[in-house]
Amino acid sequence: MGLLSKKDAALIKDPLLDNNPITIQVLGICSALAITAELEASIVMAISVLFVLGVGNVVISLMRNIIPSKIRIIVQLIVVATLVIIVDLVLKAFAYELSKTLSVFVGLIITNCIIMGRFEAFALANGPWKSFLDGIGNSFGYGLILIIVGFFRELLGSGTLLGIPVLGDPIEKTGLYAMGYENNGFMLLAPMALIVVGIIIWVQRSRNTALVEDH
Amino acid sequence: MEKRTDKNSYTILFAIGMVLVVGSLLAFAASGLKERIDENKRIEKQQNILYAMGVNENEGKSMSFVSKDIIADEFSKYITSQLVVDTDGNSIENDQAYLIDIKKEQSAAKEGKQRKLPLFIGEKDGKTVYIAPIRGKGLWDAIWAYIAMDEDMVVQGAFFDHKGETAGLGSNINQRFFMDDFIGEHLMSNGSFKGIRVAKGNADPKNNDKTDNEVDAIAGATITGDGVSAMIKSELRLYVPFFKNLKN
Repeated sequence: MGLLSKKDAALIKDPLLDNNPITIQVLGICSALAITAELEASIVMAISVLFVLGVGNVVISLMRNIIPSKIRIIVQLIVVATLVIIVDLVLKAFAYELSKTLSVFVGLIITNCIIMGRFEAFALANGPWKSFLDGIGNSFGYGLILIIVGFFRELLGSGTLLGIPVLGDPIEKTGLYAMGYENNGFMLLAPMALIVVGIIIWVQRSRNTALVEDH
Repeated sequence: MEKRTDKNSYTILFAIGMVLVVGSLLAFAASGLKERIDENKRIEKQQNILYAMGVNENEGKSMSFVSKDIIADEFSKYITSQLVVDTDGNSIENDQAYLIDIKKEQSAAKEGKQRKLPLFIGEKDGKTVYIAPIRGKGLWDAIWAYIAMDEDMVVQGAFFDHKGETAGLGSNINQRFFMDDFIGEHLMSNGSFKGIRVAKGNADPKNNDKTDNEVDAIAGATITGDGVSAMIKSELRLYVPFFKNLKN
């Protein structure tokens, strides 16, 4: 017996690969395109979603028996918006520097469909502990893809990782640039994020053909 | 049998209850934390103003502000006076000028009121700089800046920031590789105000030419860059009469 039962462990493990929110459930694509031009932004977003989805899933799960089904989507939206705004206010008061880094993401977190998707598909039907694990698992799966995409976009688009130049200086023409290498500015634009996500989906499905849907 | 939670009356009561709870929770949090948040914003403003005039703790390529603990002392040490300038170039001293809300001034000016333009005079290493706070529109939301100039309107330092520009693209206007490009750039050209344009492909990525009224743009952030150009052009132009008076 490990720390978690087999079923509970699957809640964390499945969303990493075979039930990944981005590549399989196709949720949260908009934020995956918008903020992955830099690795740092991807990491910050992944951590923010981890927090909001973990806590939000528990809150919704605790309320699941009293939420009127007719207005459940609105209730979910209010819960996530309230959570995000309160966190933002607290950070502004006590960790101002951090809040400045995060403020860009606040709107993106509220509208992230992974959050609404997991509330609707999981937390409304399961207990708080399971919902918490599901939230954590899905945010890891989401964060994993975000970090992979962010890594390639920043490396190929700007020649840096976490803001540190790794391929030399493009203006002074040192390192790789001395040999005629150029940054691919196209990588910084949103369409390339879609293509990178597409490549991940391709690799994933060709390795595990059970994921391919028949039509 | 119908579930209790499916009833209309229950739904309405739940909605009302939820609004009350969430509303008061948010109002409570916002008003309880307002004082601290305002204080943080005030300190940030002072840090930004000093940063623009070159008073900061930058080391190598890193970027850091004067620390919070000494900001009050440093601010009064380096900022020798604060002015409120009008669009005719007249000025009066006002030691609370840095608290003027540019956004409010901009909308008041649209209704025909005289703009109150804050200007901070700083002195560092025997050199006098004039720091103007400006505000404009980026792609998604507000952008703003503090531009330090000498009496010829040559930029001595700049600090840019934004509310919600795209992470990794437009949001980079608050990074040093963008801000440092402005240092030394001329705002005037042949005696008339021209501003500084954030230009794509200006064939001068190292920014050696300081009199071309252009700096190199950030790839993928066209609209944010255009916003920066427009903000500099429309806002700093208002200070031109002041600098003309200064020379006479």
